[in-house]
Amino acid sequence: METYSLLRQFADSWMLLALFVFFAGVILWVFRPGAKKTYDDSADIPFRHEDKPAEDKEARK
Amino acid sequence: MTNYFKLIVLGLVTLFAMIAANYARDAAYMVHAIIIMLVAGGLFLWTLRHTDEPEPPAVLQTSYMDGVIRYGVIATALWGIVGFLVGTFIAFQLAYPALNFEWADGFANFGRLRPLHTSAVIFAFGGNALIATSFYVVQRTSAARLWGGNLAWFVFWGYQLFIVLAATGYLFGSTQSKEYAEPEWHVDLWLTVVWLAYLAVFMGTIIKRKEPHIYVANWFYLAFIITVAMLHVFNNLSIPVSVFGSKSVQVFSGVQDAMTQWWYGHNAVGFFLTAGFLGMMYYFVPKQAGRPVYSYKLSIIHFWALIFLYIWAGPHHLHYTALPDWAATLGMVFSIVLWMPSWGGMINGLMTLSGAWDKLRTDPVLRMLVLSLGFYGMSTFEGPMMSIRAVNSLSHYTDWTIGHVHSGALGWNGMITFGALYFLVPKLWNRERLYSLSLVSWHFWLATIGIVLYAASMWVTGIMEGLMWREVDANGFLVNSFADTVAAKLPMYVVRALGGVMFLSGALIMVYNLWMTVKRSPAVAATVAASHATPAE
Repeated sequence: METYSLLRQFADSWMLLALFVFFAGVILWVFRPGAKKTYDDSADIPFRHEDKPAEDKEARK
Repeated sequence: MTNYFKLIVLGLVTLFAMIAANYARDAAYMVHAIIIMLVAGGLFLWTLRHTDEPEPPAVLQTSYMDGVIRYGVIATALWGIVGFLVGTFIAFQLAYPALNFEWADGFANFGRLRPLHTSAVIFAFGGNALIATSFYVVQRTSAARLWGGNLAWFVFWGYQLFIVLAATGYLFGSTQSKEYAEPEWHVDLWLTVVWLAYLAVFMGTIIKRKEPHIYVANWFYLAFIITVAMLHVFNNLSIPVSVFGSKSVQVFSGVQDAMTQWWYGHNAVGFFLTAGFLGMMYYFVPKQAGRPVYSYKLSIIHFWALIFLYIWAGPHHLHYTALPDWAATLGMVFSIVLWMPSWGGMINGLMTLSGAWDKLRTDPVLRMLVLSLGFYGMSTFEGPMMSIRAVNSLSHYTDWTIGHVHSGALGWNGMITFGALYFLVPKLWNRERLYSLSLVSWHFWLATIGIVLYAASMWVTGIMEGLMWREVDANGFLVNSFADTVAAKLPMYVVRALGGVMFLSGALIMVYNLWMTVKRSPAVAATVAASHATPAE
């Protein structure tokens, strides 16, 4: 089989499936139980270090 | 020691640029060689003067690197004015062809100025806004200083050099005739170097971040940087005819070339003008509203959906061409599916204001950000609709497309950038507030009415010319000649140009306001600054 047909066949079968599963996985992962607390914390990031970088000791609290 | 190495490289570049200027096969290449010669020669002298001087003390990691962002903000405002001015002028050129002055023929006629306008607003205004805001946002949300020290300055100045080379190239007629990718091979190579440096600075900062989580704005910025690098390289694969000339030949030919071009072109819209600016949105809208983004979960889904879908939408630019139907249909379907993430993102931005809607009454900057989201929603509704093959048969090649692009570019990209500039200038120059809020309101209304005039006149004229082109009489003959449509469009062209004038005057008011903010607004009082310095944990 020449390269084009091979790649084409791969793209619209396994690759398509892989991308779709990845995307569905992202959605399921986002709605996992207990995620709300983590994401509320993440959403707050812009309000933390407005004026200067974090000190080393307070990092990754 | 590094200075000696720098001197050798700069000296060689200067020498080569001199030789290139001498052997140059075309005017644009000669101008570029002279510009590079002057820049490299100037840097050579500057480095020489600073060699063997005492090293400046190492920069502490306890502050953010804001100098380069201040320069970026100034560059954004300046290039914005240049781009809007050229745009307004070419709008008048279309209405009154006499403005294509004979004495300036071959330099300042519509064909030469049009790419100057598009590149100035997209890459100079938008690009500088993206670089400056991404540097600001990535530091604040990573709680870390920019990685790479002076590399950020290289990115800034290197990008300005790219803009100057691209702009002079257009005026002197150096173009590879690819929309939004007009610069020729030597300028493309330079942009690749600068862009990889940009990627390094941004990635480096994310890698050394102090926050455990990468904030969603940085995901969008990173997707924008990586994808633009990929698009730029593939769409500009070409072989120069001579090292001493700007002409090059594309590696792809025929429909493959067209498809690559619109894969690039549409993703320039999707990743440069959408993903990058969404990064801005996810930082500046929550900051200006004073509350976190409405749904962080939605923002993650928004990101992955947008990234996965946009990359396929390009073929909708090539309906009814030599492109196979399946490819065009694929592009059309993905464009329509894109509706979902686009509106998801818009709703996420708008709902961030829930509980704070009253701020719209008092805060014109927030009003600007909200309006930009409104235009984002409107143009991402219009775009998928225009990508449908049947609609496209009416809209394509007409001014409807131009109107669509501008409602997105002026409304979404322009307004959110203005909002970001109004947010950034007081912060970066340590001012308590903006010089005048009523001037912001003036800017807001001038720009809004300008965009409405622009988009409405282009709808009317676009649909009119589309209908005129396809009108046939009872015997199947075309009713209108092309010149008939041109004549019928004059009133709308004048209205469009006036819309441009209003948008430009709004931007001029903004520049005055920002200038006065730096000059006149009171500095943040020391006590306030001290209390700010403790991060709110």
